[in-house]
Amino acid sequence: MDLDEAQILLKSWLRYVVTTFQKLPGSAVLVRYVQSSYQNDPIRSAIELILVIFFIRYLLSPSYSTQKQNYVKLRDDEIDELVYEWSPEPLVAPLTAFEEVEAEKLPVIVGPTGPKSKLSNGRTVTNLATYNFYNFNANEQIKEKAIQTLRTYGVGPCGPPQFYGTQDVHMKTEADIANYLGTEGCIVYAQAFSTISSVIPAFCKRGDIIVADRAVNYAIRRGLEISRSSIKWYQHGDMDDLERVMLKVVKDQAGKKLTRRFIVAEGLFEMTGDSVDLPKLVELKEKYKFRIILDETWSFGTLGRSGRGLTEAQNVDPTQVDMIVGSLAGPLCAGGGFCAGAKDVVEHQRISAASYTFSAALPAMLAITATETLSLLQSNPDILTQCRDNIRAMRAQLDPRSDWVTCTSVPENPILLLVLKPEVVKGRNLSILGQERLLQECVDEALANGVLITKLKTMPLLNYVGSQSGGWQVQPALKVCVTSGLSKKEIEKAGITIRHAITKVMTRKSSARTG
Amino acid sequence: MNNPEKERRPSRSGNRITNFFSSPKNREQSLAMHQQQQSALGSSTLNLPTISLSTASGIDHDGSDSTQTLFSPLTAVEAEETRKRHAQFGPLNDPSHLYVSMHHGEPLEAPVVDEPPYYILITTYISYLLLILLGHIRDFFGKRFGDKKKYQSLKPYNGFAPLNDDFDSFYTRRLKMRLDDCFARPTTGVPGRYISIMDRKSDDFNQTYQYTGTTTETLNMSSYNYLGFAQSEGPCADAVEECVTRYGLSFTSPRSDSGTSDLVIEVEREIANFVGKPDAMVFSQGFVTNASSFPALVSKGCLILSDELNHASIRIGARQSGAVISAYRHNDMNHLEKKLREAISQGQPRTHRPWKKILVVVEGLYSMEGTMCDLPGLIALKDKYKFYLFVDEAHSIGALGPRGRGVCDYFGVDPARIDILMGTLTKSFGANGGYVAAEKHIIDKLRMTNTANHYGETPAPSVLMQILSSLKLITGELCPGQGDERLQRIAFNSRYLRLGLKRLGFIVYGHDDSPIVPIVLYNPGKMPAFSHEMLKRKIAVVVVGYPATPLISSRARFCVSAAHNKDDMDRLLAACDEVGDKMQLKFASGIAGGADPLPEGVTPEMEKEWRKANGLEGVVKPPRWSIEDVVAHGVQDAKVRLR
Ligand SMILES: Cc1ncc(COP(=O)(O)O)c(C=O)c1O
Repeated sequence: MDLDEAQILLKSWLRYVVTTFQKLPGSAVLVRYVQSSYQNDPIRSAIELILVIFFIRYLLSPSYSTQKQNYVKLRDDEIDELVYEWSPEPLVAPLTAFEEVEAEKLPVIVGPTGPKSKLSNGRTVTNLATYNFYNFNANEQIKEKAIQTLRTYGVGPCGPPQFYGTQDVHMKTEADIANYLGTEGCIVYAQAFSTISSVIPAFCKRGDIIVADRAVNYAIRRGLEISRSSIKWYQHGDMDDLERVMLKVVKDQAGKKLTRRFIVAEGLFEMTGDSVDLPKLVELKEKYKFRIILDETWSFGTLGRSGRGLTEAQNVDPTQVDMIVGSLAGPLCAGGGFCAGAKDVVEHQRISAASYTFSAALPAMLAITATETLSLLQSNPDILTQCRDNIRAMRAQLDPRSDWVTCTSVPENPILLLVLKPEVVKGRNLSILGQERLLQECVDEALANGVLITKLKTMPLLNYVGSQSGGWQVQPALKVCVTSGLSKKEIEKAGITIRHAITKVMTRKSSARTG
Repeated sequence: MNNPEKERRPSRSGNRITNFFSSPKNREQSLAMHQQQQSALGSSTLNLPTISLSTASGIDHDGSDSTQTLFSPLTAVEAEETRKRHAQFGPLNDPSHLYVSMHHGEPLEAPVVDEPPYYILITTYISYLLLILLGHIRDFFGKRFGDKKKYQSLKPYNGFAPLNDDFDSFYTRRLKMRLDDCFARPTTGVPGRYISIMDRKSDDFNQTYQYTGTTTETLNMSSYNYLGFAQSEGPCADAVEECVTRYGLSFTSPRSDSGTSDLVIEVEREIANFVGKPDAMVFSQGFVTNASSFPALVSKGCLILSDELNHASIRIGARQSGAVISAYRHNDMNHLEKKLREAISQGQPRTHRPWKKILVVVEGLYSMEGTMCDLPGLIALKDKYKFYLFVDEAHSIGALGPRGRGVCDYFGVDPARIDILMGTLTKSFGANGGYVAAEKHIIDKLRMTNTANHYGETPAPSVLMQILSSLKLITGELCPGQGDERLQRIAFNSRYLRLGLKRLGFIVYGHDDSPIVPIVLYNPGKMPAFSHEMLKRKIAVVVVGYPATPLISSRARFCVSAAHNKDDMDRLLAACDEVGDKMQLKFASGIAGGADPLPEGVTPEMEKEWRKANGLEGVVKPPRWSIEDVVAHGVQDAKVRLR
């Protein structure tokens, strides 16, 4: 190898580098800067050079997270061995004994749901296990309207609301609900169950504070969890405790940046059947500057003179409640859920509520059905009166008369939740699972006598443990759903059947031992 | 080049459709439009007389085809009925406009992503910078001197903290509001081949809208109506009507109370059969299907490896499961493997205990990118690393595969190799809801642990029947032949449109067989402009930008449907050509396809040699075909390997 050649090559390279450097804009300034700084203070330029090198090194160094701090460096063959040895758990655990029973006992209905439903075993039973409180499901006029809608809109809107999925029918349904309730606006979701789980995180963010009733339902808990806000619990239904918690929040927050604060409660609690004292809630809200998120999934369409829900039942101006969340899927026989409130509350959800933005819109047929059933409720409050008569008749057969169960629902609630009396639970030392088992036997016994009822689904809530549960224990319950599709006589008869079924199960020899 | 299709005479149906374009108010305008397009297209958009060979035109199943109506004048009622039917589901122009969607065995390559010139990137950044700057300035002054009511929700008021953080809502107020009229355009009627948009205008920069009371019938490139089942007539609608009469409106109960009916069981069985799994369960919303399935599958001590572009419902479900979540680069199997090796060898963070389970979550077809998951690659990794695989087939079920059964069908993979097949019924089936299909013991357990099963409503009878009847149509159990035609039409339309756009010079994202065809617009200002220009030409498109896409790659998305025909695709291509020139959207450099035709006698297999021989190796020419050439060559070329 010629040294000369190499030298020439090196020189030409150098020249090339220098000329390109000089061509760069600003290079002259840089050169001048370095020269002058070297002349003035060589040490300073040395330090600067070190800084530059350090800076480049910093930029090039791989970013690492705290997670990697106890990273074990392994060779490839070691990793292969670990991969070979790793065996995952099965994707799902086997069914527990309890779940097997549940699966086996699941009723299958053939044909339409109604006050009398046909089961897959061929028997026709009195169906007190659905939310078909007013039997709108069999209403020919609404069916006709649904079919008309089908013939102009098809079934699915084939797209999310933001991308051409919003149809004029949705806008109409929204306006109708808002009018009915007396709020400024309303937004319709495609499913009731996921509505509140999306409404809460749309407003409550990290750093916000939510005060929630300990007995709130599963969907709300999910919303609370997604929101990542700080959750404070108050004793179920205890307004004094609520005030205490709110006061504490206000004290803790004093002097800090103002954060959003919310109260979350249910109009009719899914898990206990009772309702919240809304006037008091509104009073506290104003006093301590909280906003109210009220889940009216079970009270909308059932409470109040014309079914407007808790606000109507307790004479509260609906605009006092910041967000009213409800369902169109229950007694209204349609589908989907909604959130009503002020205009900016509603509009905010259109882009920030996940299950609205990232999901297809509600089928037009279902939206129209909701509009129709609402207008029926509004124009004939008799429908509600009739249902309430039946509720009273059913209750009379169960609550004071049964030695074993007591009803935790408020008198207007068409869903009668029957829990075992405390003395029974205590006397027999019944565990949660023991109670579930007994109640399942009651369901079976009632069904054997031609009345289909069901149990409250408690498992998902029981799986919440620790702080997430709010320190509240759900109590297993029988769920009896009253309908105006049956005559008072039939309701009474069904009530007697249920009462006898419970008595029979509770006085069985074997049942004394379960627990 | 001597294409017999070139000599075509005006299509009766084409004319009729354009005549009936929309309300009388628009008649004149639409006529002008039509002429304008015709001149843009030259003679080549014109078609053979439409002797409807289509069996899938919705209510044609009774066999009385429109053959004899072609030359005898239609009565007004008949004409109106035909028009309505064709507005929902277009007639097939020619039996050659079909293609079977199928993967041909070679490893799935990532689509080539073309880059625009630098000045586009720079101007895009500058645009955003300006938008943000202006937004802040307006906020600053608005809050101090502006309309009180408008800014109230941003400021503490009466002791309440503001409902929206101005930081969180900045994007909505200052960026999205400017193009708000391109979103949530209310529609009416069936979202089929055409969609009727309710006309609205805004006098206050999209704060509020006034509805004029008129509607515009536009070509629907926006709905997820892949197989064209959005119809208010035909076998599906008939079945739904009968079902409503029989079953009523709702089951008014969650599944595990008393919402389990014979109908829902039948639908679950049919879905399981369709996707090739032993069992399945359905839900009344696709979103909740994901959101509630993950907590039922994985928990603390498990790892979810999720594609970075997965849908929000997956992310929300995963977050609630309690498992550790880690994302890998979109469709990057090497990155996934790296993550897997690291995860298995390192175990759980801090404790180094082995992971209980690892669940890899992908989508079959990505709705913003038009890319498919690399199923063969995933299966290979799965065999080695023993993770569980969850595939969300929201967009791929029905839309991909020779039998429409999703990515497994497309790639020829046995569905048994995938643990959980999830999908939605909102898209291809024209219904609503979602499903999860898996082994029987998994579904049995999920029925107990999936909370949507306990508390969520059962799908309505009408929705279930729509699913059932459309499934039977696809499988051929109902109206044999219709299903296949639908599948082959969407496959053809997708490839034809994609190839056409590439040839015109657009940068198109996604895999060739994907019915989701996004073109990139880059500058944020071009989003509303493109949307408006297309609306002027009576085409409804979806535009998406940040944050649904990366900041830089704002795009317009076309969703192809089996309800479209080649005329519709040509109409769209002509419109894109015009708008693309007007708005400077043709950036393609040629590396991603759209190359000039090969000379006579050179086959695609010989292309490499021929290039070598002619010294054309590595030469890429930016494709800028004329619309006439695109139309003339499209049908043939869409059916061979796209180049
Ligand atoms: C990948 C994916 N999963 C789930 C969903 C949600 O489905 P649905 O619209 O039925 O709620 C979507 C819808 O956009 C989706 O794209």
